[in-house]
Amino acid sequence: MTVASRFSQLTRRLLLAGAAAMFVSLPAYAQETLKLGLVAAMSGQSAKSGEAIVRGLSIAIDEINAKGGVLGKKVELVVRDDESNPAKGVVAARELVQREKVAGLFGGLDTPVSMAIVPFANQSKVPFMGVWAAGTPITRNGAAENYVFRVSAVDVLVDKALLAYAIKKYDAKKPGMILINNSWGESNEVGLKAALAEKNMNYVGIEKFQDADVDVVPQLTRLKEAGADVLFMVANVAPSSQVVKSLDRMGWDVPIVSHWGPAGGRFSELAGPSGAKVHFIQTYSFAGKLSPKGETVLAALKKKYPEIKTLADVTPAVGIANAYDAMNLMTLAIAKAGSTEGPKVREAFYAIDKYDGLIKTYDKPFTPQNHDALTSEDYIFTHFKEGQILPLTN
Amino acid sequence: MLLISAIVSGLAVGSMYGLIALGFHVTYVVSNTVNFSQGSSMMLGAVLGYTFAVTLGWPLPLAAAMALALCALFGLVVERALVRPFAERGSNAWLMATVAGGIVLDNVVLFTFGKEPRAFPSVMGQTRVEIFGTGVYVLQLIIPVVGIAITLLLRYAFAHTRTGKALLAVVQNKDAARLMGINVRAAIALSFAISTALAGLAGLLIAPLFSVHSDMGTLFGIKAFAVAILGGISSASGVMLAGLLYGLIEATVTAFAGSTYTQIVAFTIVIVALAVMPNGILGRAATKKV
Repeated sequence: MTVASRFSQLTRRLLLAGAAAMFVSLPAYAQETLKLGLVAAMSGQSAKSGEAIVRGLSIAIDEINAKGGVLGKKVELVVRDDESNPAKGVVAARELVQREKVAGLFGGLDTPVSMAIVPFANQSKVPFMGVWAAGTPITRNGAAENYVFRVSAVDVLVDKALLAYAIKKYDAKKPGMILINNSWGESNEVGLKAALAEKNMNYVGIEKFQDADVDVVPQLTRLKEAGADVLFMVANVAPSSQVVKSLDRMGWDVPIVSHWGPAGGRFSELAGPSGAKVHFIQTYSFAGKLSPKGETVLAALKKKYPEIKTLADVTPAVGIANAYDAMNLMTLAIAKAGSTEGPKVREAFYAIDKYDGLIKTYDKPFTPQNHDALTSEDYIFTHFKEGQILPLTN
Repeated sequence: MLLISAIVSGLAVGSMYGLIALGFHVTYVVSNTVNFSQGSSMMLGAVLGYTFAVTLGWPLPLAAAMALALCALFGLVVERALVRPFAERGSNAWLMATVAGGIVLDNVVLFTFGKEPRAFPSVMGQTRVEIFGTGVYVLQLIIPVVGIAITLLLRYAFAHTRTGKALLAVVQNKDAARLMGINVRAAIALSFAISTALAGLAGLLIAPLFSVHSDMGTLFGIKAFAVAILGGISSASGVMLAGLLYGLIEATVTAFAGSTYTQIVAFTIVIVALAVMPNGILGRAATKKV
């Protein structure tokens, strides 16, 4: 036996021993993770939103774990599908807290699902972080001890921003509303009416439509006859594109100022060229000149998800960006609390001083009175151009 | 202006309901059963059409023909697997089995076709013409024409062709039909193939005006069933007429009373209409011979 072959035999044994040791130690290591849960739509029409949230959270987790994790443990994400169904969302949240023992929960796109989880989170004293659903009462839920935080838009603030934009950009005097017929539409009807009242303005009409409506011409014709000079639109991608197509058919060229529904999918394709006329609100865009943080996150996304090739694939950007910052704020709070106990983490959220995030630099993002990290200052207006969401200069 | 635009919208959407409802009619008159996955069959037509014409880039006529053929094949599968095993035992479980079949298909499409709604490009769905000062897509004018043509074709086939008469003979007395040399199983299977192909055609026609996704058919299927009952499920003309009327009611209620009231008014009218005319608009009372 030559020296070389004996040496290679030795290294092989060492490697085998090492591999065996790793196998033995893996289960022990797995118990040492800090689990955080996500309840979001991973299937159905809003599935793209769930995918974006998972991507944003995962990029943040990779960075956090590369720096040694939180409280000396690696962070692990446990994902459950709510199928956009509030009842399934609550069951999933309960399972994550009681069986998986997650230290905190993240929520998805659907306001009705988040609204259903809120009471459970507050009762079981588990921090619940919203990253998308914008329904006002999610964070402003009136609980004495509120465990719900959010890094996302808030309808009541969005509605003010929509009105301000419509006045500034289009000199709107007689706005009309075209809203999806569900609790999200309701939430914004209330918000838009309040925003208008604040400015002593009136609306010419409020029209509702359904997800499956092929033709919105009858509703839009009513708004046109009432003399609307700007339309406020609140609906997800597919119904929003039906509004645009119906406007095309009527030959009515009216400015549309929209909530962020169109951002959730292939709006350009569905709505056709006129889709570019819809100006909608976002919290973040990966287009244009990015901050160093933006560059880092974009590069990490491209590396981890090879199917992301162009900026058109980084959709919906809000889901990714909100989730990324939310994960960082959640782990910061847990680290500050030095514990995963809900009440301590809740207090620690208020103690977060400064966090240099993707969307902005957060300065005391949470107080006992304010559980929303983003304000109306953080909103930007964008539109679709050739499949990409591009910022508009206000 | 408001009225004309409502009439055009209503007739186009109404004839979609009518086409899918004709599918309920065809299987009902042949076998006294219906396929509750009609909404999913409609979705299948649109999804397959999209896959062949857009993803694979086939010429549109070929893509449409292939999509319809596969929809018909789906109808055969539904009949063989979800209806026949129950109906031949005299059980009504085909009712639930076809609902379940539709849900399975929706979810299979969700995973294979994808989660995002897609746009079905079509020249006819983008070319706009003005009629009495109202903008209309050419496709919206074609859809009612196709719907009415198919109704007339079905009426003619059932009344004047050998196959049509044979199909109708099956429902009256299966044993007698069999003794007369009619292949009863084949006749029922054929009625299911026709029914899903009609739904598939509705899907192909509506796709350019709507978007293509896995649950696009659900609400259409429900409304189409209401339309079938309203029209009197045993009459093809009644079913198409009910479809057009239902579409018109929806559009005019929305235009004049506001969209909040659309579903309330439309379905209330269905209930009242059925109370007044229990057999539907043109349906005949089913006489039970003892």
